[in-house]
Amino acid sequence: MIRLYRALLHLYPASFRREYGDEMTEVFAQSYADATLPGRAGLVLRAVSDEIPNALAVHWAILIQDLRYTVRTLNRARGFALTAILVTALGVGANTAAFSVADFVLLRPLPFPDPESLVRLCEGPRTGAGWGCMNELSPANYRDLKTLSSSFQAMGAFVGAAANLVGGGEPRRLGITSVTPEVLPLLGVEPVLGRVFGSADEDRSSIVISHGLWHSQFGGDPGVLSRKVNLDGAPYTIIGVMPPAFYFPDRGTQLWTALTFQPADFEDRTNTYMHAVGRLKAGVTFEQARAELESLAARMSRDYPATNAETGVSFFRMRDNMSPRFRTMLIALGGATLCLLLLTCASLANLFLARATARERELAVRAALGAGKERLVRQLITESVILTVLGGAAGVALAAASVPVFSSLVPPTLPLASQPGLDLRVLALALVFTALTGLGFGLLPALRAGRRTEFDALRDTNRAGGGRKQRVRAVLVTVEVTMSVILLITSGLLIRAVWRVQAIDPGFVPQNVLTLNTPLARPKYDDPVRRYQFYQRVLTAVRALPGVENAAFTTGLPMVITGLITRVEVPGQEVRSSRTAGASHRWVTPDYFRTMGIPFRRGRDVEDSDTSRRQSVAVVSASFAERYWPGQDPIGKTFRHLDQTRTVVGVVGDIKVRGLERTSEPQMYLPAQQVPEGLPGGFDPKDLVIRHAGEEDALISAVRQIIRAVDPEQPISNVRTLEQVVAGETATRRAQLQVLGVLAAVAVLLSGVGIYGLLAYTVSQRALEIGVRLALGAEPSRVGRMIFADGMRLALTGILPGMLCAYAAARGMNALLFGVPPSDPATFATAVALALLMAFAGSLVPAIRAVRVTPMSVLRAE
Amino acid sequence: MPVKDDDVDALLPLPAAAFHILLALSAGDCHGYGIIQDVEARTSGALRLSPGTLYRTIQRLLEQGLIEEPRKLSRARVDPRRRDYRITPFGAAVARAETRRLTELVRLARNVWRGAPEPS
Repeated sequence: MIRLYRALLHLYPASFRREYGDEMTEVFAQSYADATLPGRAGLVLRAVSDEIPNALAVHWAILIQDLRYTVRTLNRARGFALTAILVTALGVGANTAAFSVADFVLLRPLPFPDPESLVRLCEGPRTGAGWGCMNELSPANYRDLKTLSSSFQAMGAFVGAAANLVGGGEPRRLGITSVTPEVLPLLGVEPVLGRVFGSADEDRSSIVISHGLWHSQFGGDPGVLSRKVNLDGAPYTIIGVMPPAFYFPDRGTQLWTALTFQPADFEDRTNTYMHAVGRLKAGVTFEQARAELESLAARMSRDYPATNAETGVSFFRMRDNMSPRFRTMLIALGGATLCLLLLTCASLANLFLARATARERELAVRAALGAGKERLVRQLITESVILTVLGGAAGVALAAASVPVFSSLVPPTLPLASQPGLDLRVLALALVFTALTGLGFGLLPALRAGRRTEFDALRDTNRAGGGRKQRVRAVLVTVEVTMSVILLITSGLLIRAVWRVQAIDPGFVPQNVLTLNTPLARPKYDDPVRRYQFYQRVLTAVRALPGVENAAFTTGLPMVITGLITRVEVPGQEVRSSRTAGASHRWVTPDYFRTMGIPFRRGRDVEDSDTSRRQSVAVVSASFAERYWPGQDPIGKTFRHLDQTRTVVGVVGDIKVRGLERTSEPQMYLPAQQVPEGLPGGFDPKDLVIRHAGEEDALISAVRQIIRAVDPEQPISNVRTLEQVVAGETATRRAQLQVLGVLAAVAVLLSGVGIYGLLAYTVSQRALEIGVRLALGAEPSRVGRMIFADGMRLALTGILPGMLCAYAAARGMNALLFGVPPSDPATFATAVALALLMAFAGSLVPAIRAVRVTPMSVLRAE
Repeated sequence: MPVKDDDVDALLPLPAAAFHILLALSAGDCHGYGIIQDVEARTSGALRLSPGTLYRTIQRLLEQGLIEEPRKLSRARVDPRRRDYRITPFGAAVARAETRRLTELVRLARNVWRGAPEPS
């Protein structure tokens, strides 16, 4: 019975048990001996029910005491506390944010049931090169693949478009997707309201809307079903609303219409405009399906050699629909934050070690005054936990604030929300990491204090060199330097890459150009004369505005509309395939080139007199002329395009239609009045560009008024400057760079602090030795040099492995470097110089302190 | 050391266990088991302190300086299972102050019940 009671006492803190355990047992034993037999049973029961709350109360009292003590000591060491909290916050925050994004984009399954069996399907080169959808599908090829393949549970096709919506709130321009009836059911997501498409014919005039549109346009009205709306002038009925997190095929789509086919649609196999999505049958692997599709594509190219000779299949998991650059960028980011996490742990360890050294005496005194090892350990754990919890909380706030910065790293091609939520698992992991570091190194001094005989530490003077602990600190500082060098070099390389990209001449002058989108709805504007009247009335009024230098309409802005690639045939020349030798085309109004700042080489501009009744003309880019008529004067030459023969009347400079980092096809510009009858509305000029020299805000409202006066039903969208369009080209790069840059700066700062801390400690430890040296006649400058040499040695030991790791990392992210070599000497030199500068700055104060040591002051202190 | 009223007041009201321990020690130095027996006898068996409550309270009273260990001060070898505790002058002051506080409380209560039948 007594043994049982002794076991019960283990609920108490060891210090309490040591002090009173024997007495308590004695008391219990006596009570037990004095009690009657039934009294004994009650005694035991009472002991159990009593000791538990008492033990908790004792623990609680100690915790309160430790907390008070911690607040007092940390308040005294405010610099240490703040640094530790900040370092933890940075490590936890940066890692949580970066890994949340990476996990969201790369790892987590798409928000559809059984997402692994969802695949996308397009036409592509026979070689299977490239990523994502290389070429769109023609209805005939889609029909054949769908009927002949046996790997799919279901397959459907879809076409992206845009339309003006009238109904509900303000008229709006919306991204829409036409889907065959299979598409929404095969994704496996049920509508929150109503139904999805049954058969395409019944639902020809039905639409399903997104949750976002339901709220923004119809105020979340539950009676929205069977409401009539107007899309580009045609009446539609709302039959369903999809759930909030449903995106397909990407974030841009806000409503879905039914995709229907006419028999004529299946006639031309080169008329490619669709994408397909499918769900694999259970038990069919991705590779099996791909093999089947490849054999089908081979069969179709034998059956239809005229059209399908070069046609293969692009087949990929829905999850993988992102450019390799996004993937590399996220992996690079993950690597960078991992560097920072290591650095954080090293810095924390260093901080705690430094503090441990400083507290050695304090702890020894407390131990000498009777505090048990267990009490000291407990106190230090409380302190470490408090620091990590505070740092962790700040880190969570930091992560929450920085996730939006990362959101431009989420590829727009995936059916995902633009902003990931904070990932709690990642958060927990980062916290555990830092907490373990804090605990591990926070405890070290307590363990030492327990191990050492009390008098040693009390007797200890500054004569001891520090020994092993200092070597550990030196290694930690070296790790910090290594990590910061890696971060410096990789972000340096990326900065160089961004500079390179930004230095590319887009071929036009983006400054001082305002752009906006006024898509003309069909069939209201089916009549080309009516369209041209709209352009002329708007342009005349806009040009009359103060500060406006020029204005024009075009089918699509460069870098925004990157497609519009069509086939060109030149009489007397071999026909090239549109896949390998297409040209980009735009319909424009006069003065487009002057407005955009595209240089004129020869000939004339498109003019108001280039009507549909006159000769069909074209202005072409220099590379267009060079491709078809090398070394000749292109003016007056003719070519066939969209069943029309056009005569070249002018030559302009090339522009980067596809974007700064991509090769663009040669360009041609055709008069707005010569859009062939029957061409869909998407080809109409609709982007208004205005070159101006004044205040933008005033201009925007004036232009809005003008357009409203010309056509009150005309929506205006995408008001932005051409500079913003060009800047968008480097947005993801710059976002990544911002993140990396901040990480690198933090890394440099932390390792600088690390070097400083270590050297400052060395100087204080060696003060006596330095004093003696000085007393014996050593030059002060030599003592200073000695400290500097220590700092540089630490830095160099870290820099060398850092350079090697950085080179390896840079080779891995070659795709992001835009031609900057992974061993770029300028970047490496700058990074090393920065690291050395940091080491210099870190050694400066300790060196000065060493020089200022006077023999007398040291000896007096002894 | 002079006893300051502020220090005394800061400790009031005393937990019941603490008050009883101080009362027990007011009669003279005593060890743990003796205190339990004393308290039990004084309250006619109504309050029997468990060892846990006793020593948790003793620890607090020692920290607050209300009691002390006389033998430890005399550096004699002590049987760790039977340490005596002694009330300090400060502890006595606190115990008296608590008594006054309780008396005052009882007086107030009596005023309320005067004329009314005694609560059973």
